[in-house]
Amino acid sequence: MRQRSLIAITAALAAGALTLTACGSRGGDKGSDSDSGGTIVTIGVDAPLTGDLSALGLGIKNSADLAAKTANKQNYVKGVTFKVEALDDQAQPSSGQQNATKFVANKSVLGVVGPLNSSVAESMQKVFDDAKLVQVSPANTNPALSQGVNWQKSKTRPYKSYFRTATTDAIQGPFAAQYMYNEAKKRKVFVIDDKKTYGAGLAATFTEEFKKLGGKVVGTDHINPETKDFSAVATKVKKSGADMVYYGGEYPQAGPLSRQIKAAGAKVPLIGGDGIYSADFIKLAGSGGEGDFATSVGAPVEELPSAKEFIANYEAAGYKEAYEAYGGYSYDSAWAIIEAVKKVVEDNGGKLPDDAREKVTAAMQDVSFDGVTGKVSFDEFGDATNKQLTVYSVQKGAWKPVKSGTYTG
Amino acid sequence: MNELPQQLVNGLLLGSMYGLVAIGYTMVYGIVQLINFAHGEIFMVGGFGALTVYLYVLPDGTSMWVALPLMLLGAIIVSVLTAIGAERFAYRPLRGAPRLAPLITAIGLSLALQQAVWAWYPGGEDSLNFPQIEGGPFEIGSVTIQTGDIFLFVVAPISMAILAYFVMRTRTGRGMQATAQDPDTAKLMGINTDRIIVIAFALGAAFAAVGAVAYGLKYGQVQFRMGFILGLKAFTAAVLGGIGNIYGAMIGGLALGIAETLATAYIADIPGMHQFGSQSWADVWAFVLLILVLLFRPQGLLGERVADRA
Repeated sequence: MRQRSLIAITAALAAGALTLTACGSRGGDKGSDSDSGGTIVTIGVDAPLTGDLSALGLGIKNSADLAAKTANKQNYVKGVTFKVEALDDQAQPSSGQQNATKFVANKSVLGVVGPLNSSVAESMQKVFDDAKLVQVSPANTNPALSQGVNWQKSKTRPYKSYFRTATTDAIQGPFAAQYMYNEAKKRKVFVIDDKKTYGAGLAATFTEEFKKLGGKVVGTDHINPETKDFSAVATKVKKSGADMVYYGGEYPQAGPLSRQIKAAGAKVPLIGGDGIYSADFIKLAGSGGEGDFATSVGAPVEELPSAKEFIANYEAAGYKEAYEAYGGYSYDSAWAIIEAVKKVVEDNGGKLPDDAREKVTAAMQDVSFDGVTGKVSFDEFGDATNKQLTVYSVQKGAWKPVKSGTYTG
Repeated sequence: MNELPQQLVNGLLLGSMYGLVAIGYTMVYGIVQLINFAHGEIFMVGGFGALTVYLYVLPDGTSMWVALPLMLLGAIIVSVLTAIGAERFAYRPLRGAPRLAPLITAIGLSLALQQAVWAWYPGGEDSLNFPQIEGGPFEIGSVTIQTGDIFLFVVAPISMAILAYFVMRTRTGRGMQATAQDPDTAKLMGINTDRIIVIAFALGAAFAAVGAVAYGLKYGQVQFRMGFILGLKAFTAAVLGGIGNIYGAMIGGLALGIAETLATAYIADIPGMHQFGSQSWADVWAFVLLILVLLFRPQGLLGERVADRA
């Protein structure tokens, strides 16, 4: 009997270990170094700095850091020195919420850039809203975050402190559907998602538009993001006779998935959202990724005249990691916070008021400036007014933009 | 196109990998009644061992046919040394302690090994590409087999046969059986049980290393967390097959792999079960199978009754 109870305890411990490994925080880096004179305003950054999504997360952190440094160098807000404090959420909602609490407790934090994941944002929103601390995400694309869970029927903004510079899946999914149906002439899709807030939302908006256009969904599946073996799903894709695969999710799964679908003998392109638009997708998919597609928010930073300065400064600053998909948006998110702080400080005669957080949140609504990604301003839900999207395709081992456009519905 | 043969092959491949790793759990448990939770990480360091040989030892552009045996050797060396070190410094001092102490040590060791690779292996915080064998895939009827999978198909049965021969026919193997049955009596019969325990750890690690090379070839990447979920699955396979029994580990692995694959492929087609049929539910069905087996055969498929022991 002892042995069997040992196995039971072991199983319980194993389950515990599963949860525990997910939340241990490895401590954030202290980003900026300049603390010289004046009031110090901290811009918090929350992103996955370790783990599968760290490539994107580190790009966010560096770009926000660059914005703070640029503002300090230009002495953009007189009497205020900006500092960046980055915390690692490991793409876990629980870690994100802990980080949010830490930011709230730090009185010098007047705004937070991040997070990367929509599911993490869900866990942070209320913490920030209760503290009236403004949050600007460069990457969240789930429509429910700003327009409420019933956004398809009636839009209501759940949290006044939540803003984002990224466009939403409500237009990203349909944009992909229109491209694949009208331009790539695909008619039969196999839809796969990872059941997370981001992936499932994206897959649903894609499916709806694709059906409306006249396309057919020949199969659906949901994968478990913890595993790497998708061979059974790949075989189903081949059997279904689909001429394309839509994947709602992120690159750590999309890469191996694309590779295994091609290996199973289904030579059809996979298309996904901004979550797979990363150099790591190509690395993970190997030769299987050739010809795959991704949609991403905005126009490619490299092609925007407004972004030339950002790219030059980023390179000059000598960051170890690339700015990746959200670099421009992260810079703009941080800059939006800087603009809001500037407005609040100037209205208060050059000093920070006592209720600075509340005032910054209110000022954010009217922020408008020409940023890296174009004009940055927010609509009544806190969403970006800039609704540009781009389809990218993997050609010769690199993402190449194939079509940019503004989604009009 | 009939999907079943392909899905069975998918399941067999996945299951063979579970089985190779499960051997390590089952051998160590059979002899010292310790569930070595760091075994998944011993599997993981094997993958990194093979990658190290390819990246840093062999000259660039070495043909995979030359490189593969050396990578396998490198994987085995790294895994076995890690396992022996773990046994010597983490488990042996606790041999007389209550059962929970070594178990918790194992979990701690598992985390420590993961973090060590994360922190110190160059580029270890991300997935690293594993070299692939050129050519293929091969079509046999309606079944497609990847070149990398052929390694698993060839190596898994061969290593199982070698293990069976070793345990059943050699002197050391019989010593292992004796130690498993009754360590104290085995000692009285002149068996060096400390040595036998080290051999059990080393053998299990060698099999995990083979599994890790197969994993790298199959999925094209290795990562510091790759041993965690796979280790849990392999442990499940060992329990399913009857923990302590080496044939049970292999059969449990195959049963688990095939169950997961078939659940993904077919449950969705059962009327009314569509929402339970996706790949994200495959683990649930695999564990339903485990529970059913344990309800009717608490000792696992091939396990011996252990109620009279301890």
